[in-house]
Amino acid sequence: MPIVVNKDTCTGCETCVSSCPYDAIVIREGKAEITELCQLCKACLGVCPEGAIRETGESGARREKSEGTGVWVFAEQRDGVIAGVSFELLGAGRRLADKLGTNLSAVLFGPNAAGPDELIKWGADRVFHCEDELFRNFNDEPFAALLSRLIGQHKPEIVLAGATPIGRSFIPRVAARLHTGLTADCTSLDIDGESRDLLQVRPAFGGNIMATILCPETRPQMATVRPRVMKRAEYDLSRNGEIVKVSAADVGSRTRVVETVKEVSEVAVNLQEANIIVSGGRGVGGEKGFHLLYELADALGASIGASRAAVDEGWIPYRHQVGQTGKTVGPRIYFACGISGAVQHLVGMQSSDIIIAINKNPEAPIFDVATYGIVGDLFEIIPLLTKRIREAKGL
Amino acid sequence: MNMVVCIKQVPDTAEVRINPETNTLIRDGVPSIINPYDVHAIEAALQIREKAGGKVTALTMGPPQAEVALREALSMGVDDAALLTDRAFAGSDTWATAYTLSKAIQLLGADIILCGKQAIDGDTAQVGPEIAEFLDIPHISYIRKIDEAGGGRIVVQRLMDDGFDVIESSLPVLLTVVRELNVPRLPSLKGKMAAKKAMIRKLTAADIGAEESSLGLRGSPTQVKNIFAPESRKDRKMLEGTIEEKVEALVRELVGLKCL
Repeated sequence: MPIVVNKDTCTGCETCVSSCPYDAIVIREGKAEITELCQLCKACLGVCPEGAIRETGESGARREKSEGTGVWVFAEQRDGVIAGVSFELLGAGRRLADKLGTNLSAVLFGPNAAGPDELIKWGADRVFHCEDELFRNFNDEPFAALLSRLIGQHKPEIVLAGATPIGRSFIPRVAARLHTGLTADCTSLDIDGESRDLLQVRPAFGGNIMATILCPETRPQMATVRPRVMKRAEYDLSRNGEIVKVSAADVGSRTRVVETVKEVSEVAVNLQEANIIVSGGRGVGGEKGFHLLYELADALGASIGASRAAVDEGWIPYRHQVGQTGKTVGPRIYFACGISGAVQHLVGMQSSDIIIAINKNPEAPIFDVATYGIVGDLFEIIPLLTKRIREAKGL
Repeated sequence: MNMVVCIKQVPDTAEVRINPETNTLIRDGVPSIINPYDVHAIEAALQIREKAGGKVTALTMGPPQAEVALREALSMGVDDAALLTDRAFAGSDTWATAYTLSKAIQLLGADIILCGKQAIDGDTAQVGPEIAEFLDIPHISYIRKIDEAGGGRIVVQRLMDDGFDVIESSLPVLLTVVRELNVPRLPSLKGKMAAKKAMIRKLTAADIGAEESSLGLRGSPTQVKNIFAPESRKDRKMLEGTIEEKVEALVRELVGLKCL
């Protein structure tokens, strides 16, 4: 096994035992032992006070590194509108491409006359565009088939897509077909200065820990990237680029979209585009408590969010939920009122510019991510704050 | 109608906490469960069987202890269970996991393969679509409703960001399901008794005819470089004083940042 315990230095202190999420470390005859339950998640590395747990070198150098140049971004669109995440990916892709000294391409599937030019203005050097009607609706097979074919022909070193329902559904097929690695839902990307490999950071265990993932030998290195985490590049009207038209010949689909039903909740849209969000958690105590938040939100021109605890209690509908199982948001200001800060909530709002935490428990983990923290009773604080904000704004 | 449901035994991540001093997971007393999304996949297969007939097999890959998850699936009413277990599978990433599961599914045979949308420990949502690619069959993700299943075709509703799509597919097909799809049944007493006695088929790398170079750590294109605790904010300012003073200080900061 590639993670081993040095029995000479192990003191049997059991520190490592509780670090393992898979119960794979046991103490036998006073020494730690890694059992077959080990999933190689590496949570135990670095935990040992004696440095007795380490990886063996077996994991690397299995096959020759395959070649590739250029960074690619899959630009997702729905109903002829390019998704915001596509511009964020171009921002991230531009930075990676500049670091590698290579170019940035975008791939756009489906009719959209102005789309390629738009992608160039947002940072792409080249756009591959297939206008075929086959791509008007989303079906996994044709999207995977055409993207795989383009990657096979042009051999980029990095391919990024949005960690959206579309990206997370068909990109795995592409990675499987091309026999290369794919990292899901990345929140940070960088280039390793030495190896030039892509460092892909993502949350795991419900956001309790972060993992850096590498794809050292196969190319392209593929990642889906969480929306609203990466910064867009500057929109530059003077940018020029190349547009390459692509044909969908020989691409078929065994699934067919019969109907598309929109159930757009205004709340959800507002949340993801909000400049200011006022969110409530268990500490808000009930629907009445949320009325206080609505008043604050009204004074601020803010949208209303909630933690899972508040939604589970039935105080506010699911569409307001922020977090791992709700929406990921990134407003300028996020008010967390009576939210303790379970990691599953934090991963959905951590990228907010300013986080204001109001909680009566000074030990609440929400204060670890807060820009401003107020310890106290929100039923006193919120009405006063609402009043003072109204005054400050001359309302 | 032959159905295979892929399930995964996971630590209940809702119970996992980080010790901020040592940056390690606190796992004391965290139970192993069937990945919650997979329980909905089992329920969906049982409901299809009730309408269209057929057989449901639960399949998992893991250490011998993963048998517990399969017995739970049996107690809910699946007909058969198979456990992929072999030291050669250790360290599999999603590519190698999907490859291994697809080889087993080829052996078992299936018209419909069901998976949970994602597993709560890894949260990748990649294994389902990757299995479909290895089997060269279509897949549809985030199924929230199954309208029709039978006669060589299936009609389902796929949950999207802005609503849902109604999608038709030929069979065989792989579906990944979301929790809105159904309310899973609880195991019956009779089911529990039967599950205790049931034979669980064990499959090794040799049994599924897998290529060794595609298995486990060797077959995995990705590697974990390191693991760390999420960072806490360094610019934090706790506002002190009476309630009035705290609120005043906050309003002053917001005005200073031109937020008001």
